[in-house]
Amino acid sequence: MDTALRPPVIARPAPTRHVGLLARLRKSLFSDWKNALATIVVVALLVRWVPEFYNWAVVRSVTQPDNDACRALDHAGACWGVIAEKYRLILFGRYPFDEQWRPLVATLLMVAMLVASCTRVLWSRWLVAAWIAVLAIFFVLMRGGVAGLTPVETARWGGVPLTMLLSTLSIAAGFPIAVLVALGRRSHLPAIRSMCIVYVELIRGVPLISVLFMASFMFPLFMPPGITVDVLVRVLVGITLFSAAYLAEVVRGGLQAIPKGQHEAAAAMGLSYWQTQRKIILPQALRMVVPSIMNSFISTFKDTSLVTIVSLYDLTGSLALALGGDANWRQFYLEGYLFIAAIYWGFCFAMSRYSQWVERRLNVANAH
Amino acid sequence: MIAAAIWFLAHNTLENMRVRGIQSGFGFLTQPAGFDIGESAFAFDSGDAYWKAFLVGLSNTLRAALVGIVLTTILGTLIGIGRLSRNVLVRGLCTGYVELFRNIPVLIQLLMWYFVLNEWLPPVADALHPLPGVFLSKSGMSFPVPEWEQGHVVSLAGFAMGIVVAWLYRRWARAAFEKTGVARPMVWPALLIAVLGGLLGWLAGGAPTALEMPVRNDLNVSGGGAVTPEFLAVTLGLTIYTASFVAEIVRSGIQSVPWGQTEAAGALGLSRAQALKLVLLPQALRVIIPPLTNQYLNLTKNSSLAVAVGYPDLVSISNTTLNQTGRAVECITILMAVYLTLSLVTAALMNWYNARSAIKER
Repeated sequence: MDTALRPPVIARPAPTRHVGLLARLRKSLFSDWKNALATIVVVALLVRWVPEFYNWAVVRSVTQPDNDACRALDHAGACWGVIAEKYRLILFGRYPFDEQWRPLVATLLMVAMLVASCTRVLWSRWLVAAWIAVLAIFFVLMRGGVAGLTPVETARWGGVPLTMLLSTLSIAAGFPIAVLVALGRRSHLPAIRSMCIVYVELIRGVPLISVLFMASFMFPLFMPPGITVDVLVRVLVGITLFSAAYLAEVVRGGLQAIPKGQHEAAAAMGLSYWQTQRKIILPQALRMVVPSIMNSFISTFKDTSLVTIVSLYDLTGSLALALGGDANWRQFYLEGYLFIAAIYWGFCFAMSRYSQWVERRLNVANAH
Repeated sequence: MIAAAIWFLAHNTLENMRVRGIQSGFGFLTQPAGFDIGESAFAFDSGDAYWKAFLVGLSNTLRAALVGIVLTTILGTLIGIGRLSRNVLVRGLCTGYVELFRNIPVLIQLLMWYFVLNEWLPPVADALHPLPGVFLSKSGMSFPVPEWEQGHVVSLAGFAMGIVVAWLYRRWARAAFEKTGVARPMVWPALLIAVLGGLLGWLAGGAPTALEMPVRNDLNVSGGGAVTPEFLAVTLGLTIYTASFVAEIVRSGIQSVPWGQTEAAGALGLSRAQALKLVLLPQALRVIIPPLTNQYLNLTKNSSLAVAVGYPDLVSISNTTLNQTGRAVECITILMAVYLTLSLVTAALMNWYNARSAIKER
């Protein structure tokens, strides 16, 4: 037979099993020479620097608030003692020392409220009421003057509570403004539309610091004679207007993604403009841009550090206050910066993780 | 209603200025500034006028921003590609970089770098000497620069001619491709022609090789090019911060091209390099370029934080001017107008690019 002449196909060896940790690592780290080279370079870098950093930060460090021991180190090890010595000044700024339980309680309340707002089961109308109550308690605690608390003027507020206050309030106040401006940019009335465009483009075109300069130097000139506005309020207004412009562009992106049919269908149902926006358009548009909104929140939180430049003592400013004026500890600024950087990082990282979680949830909800 | 609000604000402002005896108008710009500026692209002394001080500030801002943009693009692209690496170590390192640096406020990073440069580097007398001709110390960095000679003009001219020839070559190659279908390489020959032009010009100009090397004396390092620690801190901080955002943009741009495109390119018989050049990059760049421009703008605007480390940028100059003259409205107006112009020009260029590269739909 013809077919018999053809040699049978030799059976190939069974494929090697690429399971187990070792095989996976080999595939990922040494699959070819370029990959192996990258691995070797990275390992060499890690071997060179990680022990060095570990020795500096842990092994040779001084954790006691002992200035002489820290100076004796001569930067060979970290002086965490500076944190132990100054942490209350860094965390609470110039707030009267004996009253610092008040900003502590206020901050903890605020953090608890933020965590509660991120919890799905608690999303309801009560949350808004709870927020108003917490903000009121926050102000009463910080400001004092009632219930036997000594009054503390806003100029002495500082540290973490100030950072929390500035970011929370500017986000809370900026969001409604942003939604209105985003709707205004799509309005059919030319006056409103052009005003919104000018506002957004003007603010987005200049750095935040110039807006803050405006709030602290020019704002007093705008007010009627005899009326003075607290510098904290002025800066708050500046940050709010700034973040609202960025947020407005994010919201507008969501609005643009809504198909025209949704508007037409709502109109056919006899809904008015505001009913359409509130019940049909905004819920869909906002859901679409949740990740970008969270990003906006994160950058607003980071931006509050700039109020230092206009002499408010937020977390960044109170560090300068704590170390700048003290010749004994001034040379250990780096440890102080690392400390507050860790605080900022913790907040921002938590927010970005939360936004990823929300995004996944929304995607799951959309898929069904 | 809006007009009434504006009138109200303007009226208040004028009233307040009258009461406080603040003079208004931009006349002060021609008066002598009366302060010195630490570093400047051109000669400036305290007798020069305010407008010249503003120009120095603008040039310093642009210098920091341009250097930052170039460095951040390189670093960000490398890290963005690294985040997609098969190698788990490289991937982890790049992810760690992004998560670490984008979650710390840029102001703190700037202050931290400035402090580290100032406190941890040796004094100028025993400056670090990592490469021949490069000195690094508390007083900044010195590096060799070519000595200016007649020959450099000739090589620049040669380079310019090379660019013209390269452009002509590309035009010819494109026309030939349209006509005959023979595809000629477009990138490498053109680059080669341009570099060759420069090289020929350099040879024709007598091949000048003299470098002005910085020299270490007992008290300082002199000669060569030099940058201040303030400039170093600003560019370092801005670059490291912005690169973490650029890396994310590059990564998501590359990921936005569906895997099917790579497979389709392979099925058409394109090589890996051809697929990258003709199919993948054009699609990825369309996603990458707009947010990348946004980051460039952000970097330029963030360079205003240089005022915190004492780098004499535009903000720092207008702040000093404001304190000296008390003309808050004018100084802040100049400041905002300059940044606004920079932003609007970039936005206009961006729109032009977008219109060119957008998907052509019919």
